[in-house]
Amino acid sequence: MDWLALTLSLQLALATMLVLLPIGVWAGRRLAWRRFRGKVLVEALLALPLVLPPTVLGFYLLVGMGGASPLGQWYESLFGRQLTFSFQGLLIASVIFNLPFAIQPMQRAFEAIAPEVREAALCCGMSPLRMLRRIELPLAWPGIVSALVLTFAHTLGEFGVVLMVGGSIPGETQTIAIAIYDRVQAFDTAGAGLMSAVLLLISLAAIGLSYFATSRIGMSRRG
Amino acid sequence: MAEPVAGLRVSIRQSAPIALDAELACGRGEVLALVGPSGSGKSTVLRCIAGLHTPAEGRIECGGETWLDTARNKSLSTARRRIGMVFQSYALFPHLSALENVLEGMDDPGSPGALERAQELLHKVHLDGLESRRPHELSGGQQQRVAVARALAREPHVLLLDEPFSAVDRATREKLYGELAELRRDLNMPVILVTHDLEEAVMLADRMTILAHGKTLQSGPPLEVMQQPATVEVARLVGLRNVFEGTVVSHARNDGHTVLAWNGQQLRVRLQVAFAVGSRVAWSLPGAGVLLLPRDRATSAGLDNPIDSLILKLVTLGDRVRVLAGVPGASGAQLAMTVPRHLAERYALAQGQALPLRLRGEQIHLMPADERHRALASA
Repeated sequence: MDWLALTLSLQLALATMLVLLPIGVWAGRRLAWRRFRGKVLVEALLALPLVLPPTVLGFYLLVGMGGASPLGQWYESLFGRQLTFSFQGLLIASVIFNLPFAIQPMQRAFEAIAPEVREAALCCGMSPLRMLRRIELPLAWPGIVSALVLTFAHTLGEFGVVLMVGGSIPGETQTIAIAIYDRVQAFDTAGAGLMSAVLLLISLAAIGLSYFATSRIGMSRRG
Repeated sequence: MAEPVAGLRVSIRQSAPIALDAELACGRGEVLALVGPSGSGKSTVLRCIAGLHTPAEGRIECGGETWLDTARNKSLSTARRRIGMVFQSYALFPHLSALENVLEGMDDPGSPGALERAQELLHKVHLDGLESRRPHELSGGQQQRVAVARALAREPHVLLLDEPFSAVDRATREKLYGELAELRRDLNMPVILVTHDLEEAVMLADRMTILAHGKTLQSGPPLEVMQQPATVEVARLVGLRNVFEGTVVSHARNDGHTVLAWNGQQLRVRLQVAFAVGSRVAWSLPGAGVLLLPRDRATSAGLDNPIDSLILKLVTLGDRVRVLAGVPGASGAQLAMTVPRHLAERYALAQGQALPLRLRGEQIHLMPADERHRALASA
């Protein structure tokens, strides 16, 4: 059992989730309620990671963050090390390929709030922050929870993008999904099987938790 | 309690997305019904007052403050206008209890005394004991009461009610009418009630403003507007079915009546000297002003005008019968009236039968002839 890879995967999944929470809430609200030019284009771009082969996405991220790219050079001048094949680079890639998994459920959740309810909050004199805290987040919470769980589970299982951007550096970029692949390559079927089982259990628990939480919230809201 | 609040004055215009040309005023403690058919822009006017919609042009003042002045590029956001709004769907916060809904209506729900005041408001709308219920655990009528309590929680400078009775059954509605009539005695702010129901306006409002196609047409006490519409359009909107055109023949000032030529005969109507002799006018008569004239009785005195008619159609509606009678003559005029069913049976009213009628001149109201109608007729 490769604990290092498992810990790294969990760290990556948690960090991705935390980064995407505010991004998802912000983008989800805007996409749910605002109409603006190019909205369809933005939605299509955000959905792209769903249909693009992970290796293709990974390739572009590798080029975009590599030593020859402006982002890669800027990072290297700042921290003295390259962005690709590092945990930070992996996190950026992970955030990007998880955008649809985080934003779409949150957008649906915010869309489900009746416009009159938000107008009523305005008529009650609520500030945007109070409205977010007291009305929008409590009502959209089930969608936000499932978005976070989807992101978490999806990050744990991602393979193609991680391999392209991060390679397989133990303790830095070797996630559990990569470790399983490496074990199989090394004919260690037992090790691969154990890790697969652990990944399966964690994913199952995460999804189960999300279903449980959302059904509980839905129940307490509707009776 | 709240400081005395100055009234509300609204003047708004726009051409899109729906045309608006509305002027209305409502004093404090006054209930103004904004009445019009569906799609007439009533709710949009209300949303303009609330700041949920900004018209292209206009001015809105309330409680001595200017909320909107497009000439000076000023428009206060909804949250900064002191309004209490009851939505048609109530729009309660579904995840909060009745009490929490009312508390969220306050500027500072955490302030000392807020809880007591929220409970007092719920008591005022007869919801004692239901404080902890969520909206889905309340009936339609109870939800409406929570919405009213929430709207009042902010001590608003104007209370806006958007068809607040349309989502409840008739029995509940009757009860809520009584409660609102009772509640309004304690309210010292202007109250705008949007409705398409004239009866509701008559029961609850001090004044009403008629709105059609986004344009305010007439304002006044509800009964006055209904009995004395300013134009043919208003007459139609307030449900007057007997609207015709005639010519003023003379004003008998001493006898207190005006003589009107119509359909080849002369009608004596209430004295209305504003219309010059010889001018073409429109006139209206409520259904209640058309009476059956029993054959065996002589024409009574006053301003009763006997006429002959022929029953064209009878429709029984419960204990009443709606009668449509054709008046012989060139105009092909048709009079509509409603008679109690027992009377219709006693007189054995039947289609095709001759029906002598009396038109009550006291209730005949003159209006300028409908120009559009005449243009069409002469075209």
